[in-house]
Amino acid sequence: MKAKIIITPKKAVLDPQGKTVQNALAHIGYTGIGAVHVGKYLEIELAGGDREGARKQIDEACHRIQSNTVIEDYRFEIE
Amino acid sequence: MNFAVLQFPGSNCDQDVIHVLRNVLGHSARLLWHKESSLGAVDAVVVPGGFSYGDYLRTGAIARFSPVMEAVRGFAANGGLVLGICNGFQILCESGLLPGALIRNRSLQFRCEHTFLKTATADSPFTNRIAADKVMRLPIAHGEGCYFADEDTLAALKAKNQVLWRYVSAQGEPTEAANPNGSLDNIAGICNEARNVAGLMPHPERASEPILGCADGRLIFESMIHALTNRPEAKAA
Repeated sequence: MKAKIIITPKKAVLDPQGKTVQNALAHIGYTGIGAVHVGKYLEIELAGGDREGARKQIDEACHRIQSNTVIEDYRFEIE
Repeated sequence: MNFAVLQFPGSNCDQDVIHVLRNVLGHSARLLWHKESSLGAVDAVVVPGGFSYGDYLRTGAIARFSPVMEAVRGFAANGGLVLGICNGFQILCESGLLPGALIRNRSLQFRCEHTFLKTATADSPFTNRIAADKVMRLPIAHGEGCYFADEDTLAALKAKNQVLWRYVSAQGEPTEAANPNGSLDNIAGICNEARNVAGLMPHPERASEPILGCADGRLIFESMIHALTNRPEAKAA
């Protein structure tokens, strides 16, 4: 099994990287580009087959270390 | 006084802090490796700057799980003085000992320069020797120093007088231009509600001797020493 985790800055948090990418996209000619948010993607390989247990464990780990919930949101899937 | 200066893999301001405490201020200071689970007999803890664990994941995110941080947590819960400088401030925020977080500078640039600071309150063990109108000149060197907290947290910080330092112009005004990283409300440093844990992004240990161009940083360490000297149990002894 594998956990695929996506971490993004919270909406209220300043995201200068996203803003810079947005400006760059407009600068090189892409139209209709709205707000850009730059986050992180993590893949974690998991041993065993206990899907529900893995989900619980990854959720806890995301909360404790993989993201900082003051500034970031996370979501993940187990596959 | 006995100071413990923590040392994580990637700390790089630890020796500067030791130098100032020992050689400039004449106190006892020792390094404490991050794997230690006890602080021993100490009066105060300094979490120094650097790039603990290479800033992997987020600044301070991995260091906060080091065994020594559990001891620091207990020390702080008992009222012990803890000062976090730069990466130390980031670690204290990650560990929940201080509210909010430090995020990427608004300019996206690593900023290495001198800043001016004004002290918002003398009512803390970290600022009691600093006059309200004093404009301190301290260097910064960071890429992730933009202080962020949600609206409620920020309102509570202000209501409880927990903002200790703000970036200001040379004339002492908290202007947009004087803010080097985009911090909310020009915040450079804060303390916890109990006022015994503080963090700031500027480096007082790099500006504590005239030969380095400025000795304003001493005022922060001297405030801590003053607070420790005058604490009730010290007076009783």
